[in-house]
Amino acid sequence: MSTVAAVSTPDAPGGIAVIRISGEDAVKVAERIFKPFNSEKISEMDGYTCAYGIAHDGGERIDDCILTIFRAPHSYTGENTAELSCHGGIYVTRKILRTILKNGAEPAQPGEFTKRAFLNGKLDLTQAEAVMEIISAKGERELKIAENLREGAVFRRAKKCSDILIKILGDLAAWADYPEEDIPAVDPDNLIRELTDVRNRLSSLVENYDCGRMLREGISTAIVGRPNVGKSTLFNCLSGCERSIVTDIAGTTRDVIEETVRLGDIVLRLSDTAGIHSTDDLIEGIGIDIAVKTAQSAELVIAVFDGSCPLTEDDFNLIKKIKDMNCVVVINKTDVKCVINDNFLKSYFIHIVYLSAKENEGTEKLKSEIENIFSISDASVNSVCAANERQKRCIECALECVDNSISALRSGELLDAVNIIIDEAEQHLLELTGERITNAVVDNVFSRFCVGK
Amino acid sequence: MGDFDVAVVGAGHAGVEAALASARLGCKTVMFTISLDQIANMPCNPSIGGTAKGHLVREIDALGGEMGKAADKCFIQSRMLNKGKGPAVHSLRVQADRTKYHDYMKNVCEKQKNLYIKQAEISDIIVEDGCIKGVRTSLGAEYSVKAVIIATGTYLKGKIHIGEVSYESGPDSSLPSRYLSASLKEKGVELRRFKTGTPCRVNKRSINFDIMERQDGDENIVPFSFDTLTDGLENKVSCYVTYTNSNTHEVILSNLSRSPLYSGRIEGVGPRYCPSIEDKIVRFSDKPRHQLFVEPMGLTTEEYYLQGMSSSLPEDVQLSFLQTIEGLEDVEIMRPAYAIEYDCCDPIQLLPTLEFKRIGGLYGAGQFNGSSGYEEAAAQGLVAGVNAALKIRGKEPMILDRASSYIGTLIDDLVTKGCSDPYRMMTSRSEYRLILRQDNADQRLTPIGYKIGLISTKRYERLLRKIELTAFELKRVSNLNIAPSAKLNAFLEERLTAPISSGCKLADLIRRPQLGYDMLNPFDTDRPELPADIREQVELQIKYEGYISKQLAQINNIRKLENKKLPVGTDYSLVYGLRLEAAEKLNKVQPVSIGQASRISGVSPADISLLTVWLEHRKGDANVS
Repeated sequence: MSTVAAVSTPDAPGGIAVIRISGEDAVKVAERIFKPFNSEKISEMDGYTCAYGIAHDGGERIDDCILTIFRAPHSYTGENTAELSCHGGIYVTRKILRTILKNGAEPAQPGEFTKRAFLNGKLDLTQAEAVMEIISAKGERELKIAENLREGAVFRRAKKCSDILIKILGDLAAWADYPEEDIPAVDPDNLIRELTDVRNRLSSLVENYDCGRMLREGISTAIVGRPNVGKSTLFNCLSGCERSIVTDIAGTTRDVIEETVRLGDIVLRLSDTAGIHSTDDLIEGIGIDIAVKTAQSAELVIAVFDGSCPLTEDDFNLIKKIKDMNCVVVINKTDVKCVINDNFLKSYFIHIVYLSAKENEGTEKLKSEIENIFSISDASVNSVCAANERQKRCIECALECVDNSISALRSGELLDAVNIIIDEAEQHLLELTGERITNAVVDNVFSRFCVGK
Repeated sequence: MGDFDVAVVGAGHAGVEAALASARLGCKTVMFTISLDQIANMPCNPSIGGTAKGHLVREIDALGGEMGKAADKCFIQSRMLNKGKGPAVHSLRVQADRTKYHDYMKNVCEKQKNLYIKQAEISDIIVEDGCIKGVRTSLGAEYSVKAVIIATGTYLKGKIHIGEVSYESGPDSSLPSRYLSASLKEKGVELRRFKTGTPCRVNKRSINFDIMERQDGDENIVPFSFDTLTDGLENKVSCYVTYTNSNTHEVILSNLSRSPLYSGRIEGVGPRYCPSIEDKIVRFSDKPRHQLFVEPMGLTTEEYYLQGMSSSLPEDVQLSFLQTIEGLEDVEIMRPAYAIEYDCCDPIQLLPTLEFKRIGGLYGAGQFNGSSGYEEAAAQGLVAGVNAALKIRGKEPMILDRASSYIGTLIDDLVTKGCSDPYRMMTSRSEYRLILRQDNADQRLTPIGYKIGLISTKRYERLLRKIELTAFELKRVSNLNIAPSAKLNAFLEERLTAPISSGCKLADLIRRPQLGYDMLNPFDTDRPELPADIREQVELQIKYEGYISKQLAQINNIRKLENKKLPVGTDYSLVYGLRLEAAEKLNKVQPVSIGQASRISGVSPADISLLTVWLEHRKGDANVS
């Protein structure tokens, strides 16, 4: 079986986190990312022995760790196993796991260690049901997180790349499968251009992808709404509701109307924006444009409406602009009589919270709603990160394949071979959606080309 | 009326391969056809092969089927398509003489030991305790058999539509199969309705070829069969290309209301890859013209086939739109185009052996299984015939996995995903297409054909020699050092590739995209004389080495999952922890292996993990008890 890795300590915050690598090459992978202080050779370490040293990414130190080696079959999974105990911060743990994945391990599937232990005869047959329950529960949770990820910006951008690749594959398939039809020939130079576009998109995704970031730095959040609905009151209320303001990350410049606040386990990077409404005022118009752009690039939008009066034209315009964004609607001013048509809002938005920013009432509900959106409450931080990590891994693999396809084209390789590499790239991206590549390509060919006898 | 091992219902491309395979494997086989004059008929294109279909024909041949040999005997023009696009997509396609092909196949069947041909319409299958016991003809004759292969093509409740007119019919004005559907349904087989269509046949004397583009066959003809010698193969005809224009489109659009497709009289689902001309014009309205091929039907007929012009518009509309086309101004229609609807089964009811899960001994093949195309049909016929025979003789079934062949891919797609419109093979459907090339079908499948008994020892030994010679030559060129020389470097620069400054292996030069095995002959002084197919294998294996080893690694992984067998008949809703959605899908498909289960849409990796544990646990239980 392949070598897999995952964080295996429970999800509670603690001083130490353990990352487990299991599989035939576990020790080899550990050797690539761990350097012991006593210059012992990792590959020669006996089972049940430890080494103290640093985990590093290509020489760059990440953290001091203790490495424990287990030799098959004397380990939990029955396979060669390396366990790294590091300092339990989310960021450090993530970074070490990611380095391990970069060095030859695959992200473990839900319940995989237990499954392997069972398949390798380490668990009693009577424990099968318990094992299946673990896989089932973890799989269920993973599925839910994956669904949530699908609503995220990263997924949308990856989907865009996937769509472009499907189009390219459709071109190649139609061209190969219908040589007699008058469909355009595939031009390698053009192909290189299209692939380079995908390459750039994927590479910027990977560079900006940092799944620890959401928890470490916070979720970029824009508060939007027409003027005078209580945006700034809510902003002040949120930024003041707990004083534990997270320190800024060095080098990040901040506007005065941005604030980092912690709501329970979640960190929000809040931006207050100009009231969005139709205006002839040029300067104000620019401010509104910026507000819309801020909302567009935010991971979360908090849209504020005034509950004490009916929806206005400006409200309707705003709803149109934000209806497809990751949105929590706040109906403010519950301290006054509610007259707003909230059924109309419910037809566009799932997450709706009633509160009074002025009286600081109902912010708890807002917090749990945001937790819902990022599935932090019922899914642990670790599983969110694991799902994130897998998503990122898919994107990285796709990027590598696209790179390879471009160099294969440049060196003059034939399109049937290049096609296979692009297939593989798309396969990695489609793992995010669970689609099958051949169906997707065949559907694309028939929807775009007039082919057939 | 007699006892047989296997009955084959239908004698089209699926039926004849099924009957021949079963008889050749020693089973007493009876093949029923509504008309002896329709055996291996080509009611549509007079052509065999084409992209991905050419692969299928070579694979059929490599396993010991007949189609490739028949095509080699009866072709009148041959072309290797996709030259220059890479060996994975090279595909052989021939124009065949339709009547000669029928005569050839009929005669091969007539002479085949153990095979009996009967003109009759089968109206019932007889099933007892979930197993096939016999068949009954519409005249009331009963035959007792151990297995039945349904290969009814478009005959099953066939209905032809031409414009406002429709009538019950099989293809080419043959009788339809009227009663079998009801019998199948009664036995629990789920049927559905598909449709397909064919263009007109026109008289040669009414075509003005002078203003059409001519398309000739290849100079060097490659046969389909690995058994056919290349000497003496020749092209006898040309094909022609012409185009529709805005006048054609106008005639069609103004008569759309008279098409049964648009008026809703046709209920069957048509193939996406084979749209009628009216479909093409409506769906791709921005295309100013559509191409059509004018192809001869044979050497002893003046009939020509108009590829690309299938239609179900009324005959008068067909004539008027054809006459708007360059070269067809005076065209004389001999047979009008028609659409045909027919009954077929949902292939998800089948095992990868093509046997029905619920009725032991009942097999399906060809269009009856929801596919389309002579080659797809023949491939399934062969697999169904082989498996029926193997089962009767108490042997292990022949299951070809996706990594082995296009045939395996075709069958896996059908039985795992089902199909919502008639299924056509395409190269893009195979994820392993760099390995599943048409040039190496013999290396992939002839050992299997030999093992089951369809390939002679002589032919198998010839393959072993070919493999040995290829390996030997590969080793030689991989070890052979080539020293830099002025002559070599001049040659390399002329080919726009970098000169060498120090010695390198000959294989490294062959690997360069700009170079090849044959062209390096002058720099390889001790090169042995080798036949073309071996030189080709050496070159391909060097050029694609990296890709091949990568695909082989993937195949190794997937085969591990294919080898984890799941028991058919499992109630997955009782598998602890499995999601409801997954259990429903698994219950419907009843996959034979974890590998097949993993390809069912809606079954997640976690579900597969669960199944693996469940399977292991079950095995453990079995050992205890």
